[in-house]
Amino acid sequence: MNFGHWLGRGSAALLLAALAASPAWAQEAAAAAAAAPPAPDKGDTTWMLISSALVLMMSVPGLALFYGGLVRAKNMLSVLMQVLTIVAIAALVWVGWGYSLAFTAGNPFIGGLSKAFLSGVDATTLAATFSNGVYIPEYAYIVFQMTFACITPALIVGAFAERVRFWPLMLFVVLWLTVVYFPLAHMVWYWAGPDFLPNQPGDWGLIYGWGALDFAGGTVVHINAGIAGLVGCLVIGKRIGYNSEPLAPHSLVMTMIGASLLWVGWFGFNAGSNLEANGVTALAFVNTFVATAAAALTWAGIEQLIHRKSSLLGGATGAVAGLVAITPAAGFGAPGTSILLGAVASAVCFFFVAKVKNRFGYDDSLDVFGVHCIGGIVGAIGTGIVAAPSLGGQGFFDYTVLPAVPGTYDIAAQLLIQLKAVALTLAWSGGLSFVLFFVIDKTIGLRPTVDAEREGLDISSHGERAYNL
Amino acid sequence: MKFIIAYIKPFKLEPVRDALQEAGIEGMTVSEVRGFGRQKGQPVFYRGAEYNTTFVPKIKLEIAVADDQAHGVVEIIANIARTDSIGDGKIFVLDLESALRIRTGDTDHDAL
Repeated sequence: MNFGHWLGRGSAALLLAALAASPAWAQEAAAAAAAAPPAPDKGDTTWMLISSALVLMMSVPGLALFYGGLVRAKNMLSVLMQVLTIVAIAALVWVGWGYSLAFTAGNPFIGGLSKAFLSGVDATTLAATFSNGVYIPEYAYIVFQMTFACITPALIVGAFAERVRFWPLMLFVVLWLTVVYFPLAHMVWYWAGPDFLPNQPGDWGLIYGWGALDFAGGTVVHINAGIAGLVGCLVIGKRIGYNSEPLAPHSLVMTMIGASLLWVGWFGFNAGSNLEANGVTALAFVNTFVATAAAALTWAGIEQLIHRKSSLLGGATGAVAGLVAITPAAGFGAPGTSILLGAVASAVCFFFVAKVKNRFGYDDSLDVFGVHCIGGIVGAIGTGIVAAPSLGGQGFFDYTVLPAVPGTYDIAAQLLIQLKAVALTLAWSGGLSFVLFFVIDKTIGLRPTVDAEREGLDISSHGERAYNL
Repeated sequence: MKFIIAYIKPFKLEPVRDALQEAGIEGMTVSEVRGFGRQKGQPVFYRGAEYNTTFVPKIKLEIAVADDQAHGVVEIIANIARTDSIGDGKIFVLDLESALRIRTGDTDHDAL
């Protein structure tokens, strides 16, 4: 059997505590683990496959309906089609070269092509988890990470919805995944794995090596997609009629359905990111639940104070902001601090969506920057605080020894690392996304003609209508 | 004969229809329309962005009646559709020159 020696996120594993408590047995177990790793636990495997399906549900139908309801009726299908097609393209690109570039050894910035087209992977190969001696089938890990690669580029399209050409956008997605997403996933999540790191010191991605904490993708998914969206909406320009015609959402019912599917699917996203089914998984589940609840209530409450009415769209947007913010912290915080993190992120996102956007006049159609990038930044920085054991958090494990031991936690130092990770993500994704958008726009063109945009992308790009009433 | 055109709030349609039916009015045409009067639309907020909807949804009623019924119909609509808040609507009464029921060929009063 081959054993994958890579994987994501630094999280606490309960098994480690048990191992550390009885050193003699732990050493025997570690030696045994190195010699003959156990067969994957069926419970872990089951949870990873369920989580993968849940995350796919977040994209199609969740994100597609959430975004679809927010555009005008004449652009409904274009958004659904963009999300559907991006998921399909990303899945194939992931299997083709994405998984290999993200999760094999290479340099600190990107992996190699040794597993391109999943060469060398079969039903018996394994991927490491966060516990010494615990593995899951490599296919389960591949498909779980695949769903992240599928939803991240789909998040971007909300920033320039209603004004982008379909096939140039798809070309962008292939290039963006390759030069932005896969390297970033490698930088944040790649490491040799708990049983291998002691013998392969330094075999990790750049940001992982710094010690940055990102449980389920605050940097890789949300800040990454959010800043790319902002850059895209600036390169493509404002919608015709922005600030002069009403561009109101056409169906908040769809948006509510989509937002609720996102909330449900996010349990796979966050709790699945523990890679095992155990107590930390349950903690990530609880945190995802309560941070979102607090964020939804906060947004609705702020609206009540400012506009004298709490809107459904406000509640749903707040919920998404909370989901985004708790993503990097899901397995690190305690429920109490997670509630605070959700509430704070919701208030900050509200400020960006309702005030900053109007002040600077960029047309981020569906608030991808305001919710995902800003919520992701608040979450990533907040993770440095809520992960502290002194605040009930899980801390981090030092995997450079076998078996791993809890590391010494310093909030100020961790905050600095989190800030560095955020800054690199913004620069990496913002800069490279700009180059891609700019080059595609100047060569094939990203913007539809004025007539096509006025007619609506459903008819002009796809030749069909969402509603024939 | 008179032709009555009334613009009312959508949620007042059912009570107005019931009252007119009770008063013996045999038919009317109803359309969903949008427009504005002194109210100049309604502001709505989506994620903090204010949209001034220039046109407000209304129901348009068209009713053809005999001369002696016109006053009563106008009174019923006015009473039922009133909420005393802005945007209750308007009623117009026009002279109706002729009428014809297509199936039977009846004209004028017989056609109503």
